[in-house]
Amino acid sequence: MRVSLFITCLADTLFPDVGKATITVLERLGCDVDFPVAQTCCGQMHLNTGYPELAGGLVRSFAETFAGSEAVVLPSGSCAAMLRHHADRVAEGIELPPVYELSEFLIDVLGVTDVGARFPHTVTYHPTCHSLRLLGVGERPYRLLREVEGLELRELPGADECCGFGGTFAVKNAETSSAMGQDKVAAAVGTGAEILCASDSSCLMHLAGVAGREHAPLRTMHLAEILASTG
Amino acid sequence: MSRPARHDRRRRGTEPVRLHPKPDQAFLGMPAFPDAARVALGDQQLRANLRHATHTIRAKRLNAVGEMPDWQDLRMAAAGIKDETLAHLDDYLVQFEQAATAAGATVHWAVDAEEACRIGVEIAQRHRARDVIKVKSMATQEIGLNEALEAHGIHAWETDLAELIVQLGGDTPSHFLVPAIHRNRDEIRDIFTERMGQVGRAAPDDLTSEPRRLAEAARLHLREKFLSTTVAFSGANFAIAETGTLVVVESEGNGRMCLTLPDVLVSVVGIEKLLPSFADLEVFLQVLPRSSTAERMNPYTTMWTGVSPGDGPQEVHVILIDNGRTRALADEVGRQALRCIRCSACLNVCPVYERVGGHAYGSVYPGPIGAILNPLLHGVTDEHDAQLPFASSLCGACYEACPVAIDIPSVLIDQRAAAVREKAHHRVPTAESVAMKAAAWTFGDAKRLARAQKTASLGRGVARHVGWLPGMLGGWTSSRDLPEVPRQSFRAWWSQREDTATVKALEE
Ligand code: SF4
Repeated sequence: MRVSLFITCLADTLFPDVGKATITVLERLGCDVDFPVAQTCCGQMHLNTGYPELAGGLVRSFAETFAGSEAVVLPSGSCAAMLRHHADRVAEGIELPPVYELSEFLIDVLGVTDVGARFPHTVTYHPTCHSLRLLGVGERPYRLLREVEGLELRELPGADECCGFGGTFAVKNAETSSAMGQDKVAAAVGTGAEILCASDSSCLMHLAGVAGREHAPLRTMHLAEILASTG
Repeated sequence: MSRPARHDRRRRGTEPVRLHPKPDQAFLGMPAFPDAARVALGDQQLRANLRHATHTIRAKRLNAVGEMPDWQDLRMAAAGIKDETLAHLDDYLVQFEQAATAAGATVHWAVDAEEACRIGVEIAQRHRARDVIKVKSMATQEIGLNEALEAHGIHAWETDLAELIVQLGGDTPSHFLVPAIHRNRDEIRDIFTERMGQVGRAAPDDLTSEPRRLAEAARLHLREKFLSTTVAFSGANFAIAETGTLVVVESEGNGRMCLTLPDVLVSVVGIEKLLPSFADLEVFLQVLPRSSTAERMNPYTTMWTGVSPGDGPQEVHVILIDNGRTRALADEVGRQALRCIRCSACLNVCPVYERVGGHAYGSVYPGPIGAILNPLLHGVTDEHDAQLPFASSLCGACYEACPVAIDIPSVLIDQRAAAVREKAHHRVPTAESVAMKAAAWTFGDAKRLARAQKTASLGRGVARHVGWLPGMLGGWTSSRDLPEVPRQSFRAWWSQREDTATVKALEE
């Protein structure tokens, strides 16, 4: 199947490994992955900061870049939610190709839960708010992780509570944001897991930043990176 | 009706005890959310109190809601009824006025807080009241009624237990339902011991912080007020257009005493409180208690329709207030906020509220609903209201919990845009608007983005080079590390991979 990758501006710039891992997984499952180079950003940051007109422009250029794509896959729950739920509010009458967050695509479209990964580590999963509430990905990421060989999944207490990132909230209300992040990191550390996993590079960036500042014994990884691993 | 003689009040002859920091004054000049939040976050006791209280009620609410297989249907029904009411509000208001008047009530209309207070004060003065008792009510807080009465030498006594704690503590409420949520039991005991005696029956000398003992002290203190006061003020949870009935829902029974014992009852009611018919109550008496106190049914539901000769208050007034509601109604996205039944579920699930408490919102309406309602009622011209829509991580927990399905995150986003427009209108170029435009320009074209990435990559480790993380990185780095900028962006890696593939293909 031919798949178009939308890497998201954040992962493109700061977390290229997430994009590479996404490709690894998709190609392993027999997809023909394309990366339309004209892509940039979904407009979420602009919409959520109060600039819907600027967001509208970005959504329109997304639509142009991906016009005719059979399926657009992206490794971010919040960007997927932006495109699915908010795009027509900033760009009226916009037509978008089908957009899938990675775990949705793997399970709903390809119909697989075992992606042939091996990752012999303890992992706890944070279901980021937009994946959880706006997209409703539900159990999908857990189902994928449970099939990973050697992986021990630890339950994260208060999993459905926000990590505190929230886009520009993280800088506009930095102290509140960090307080939320600290609680999330503490909960993850409390599970004894080596790795805190999520499907949004933005939330992971915030959590890694908090964990780093606190010298917490915790590494952060994107779901795609774990699914790509065959170690 | 004969009344027991008034007890000697110790405050007589001394300086009157000021009990009411007027919400307006107390909140006015309060720092905008980010600064107020910073202060609150530093208060470890407050954070512990809030965390404990919100987590307890959260778990209970989930249980109470989980028992109802048709919860989502109920929720949609509640939202639908409210929307229908709001769509024809003018008709329902007239219908309410006619029905209530026919039943013997006097209906007043108030366009703003000042007018509502003036009407309330006049009624109290006409009855030569020096004291009035009150049922807990958001509407009277919103208009600053207690302060207006006090300015005319009339003391308003809160009778709701939590409200009493707030009043005696010289505090402002921080939660709809549990106004003293930010206080723990030891703090409450201290407040009772110190203040009760100054304004009425003193707390027993050996008062402990045991809940039963605290409740008993409050009961005895309040009983004195119930029996000696002839004018009461209330709000209403619902107002039925069809019958002119007002409804108050509560847990303690103190409200019912206020609503039935005095001779004169004045109810301040927001115009959005209407429901078309009596039958509509069925839905709301299910969704409200489960959402707010996590009870299947609230213990006391008091309804009254005008005056019943020989039974209850013989003079009944209803003050219908606008105070910004028609402004909110005119907002196509925001008007759904007027469905709010003040259950406080959104506060209890909000991770931001949990960390900073209600005071940081600097308004009678705190939490997620406050963050949209205040700007909708007042506009976003002042900095305080303009900051509120940004006091959220948009996690969506409030929307999920709201029994009338107010899409708070969407309204927040819309009000953020309104705040940005307002600044642009006054031609205030902010660092943010410049950064946002720059980012949109960079993102507007993939080549520009690639160039920006290269610059960032060259300056690896130097945070300011990540120019499009909107120029406010100080906030980020004060408490978090920044990720290192990778040597190669994804798109650079991709084009290299493509090139290699092409070269390979050509070689083969
Ligand atoms: S917005 Fe919804 S959840 Fe919040 S207080 Fe109002 S009705 Fe309750």
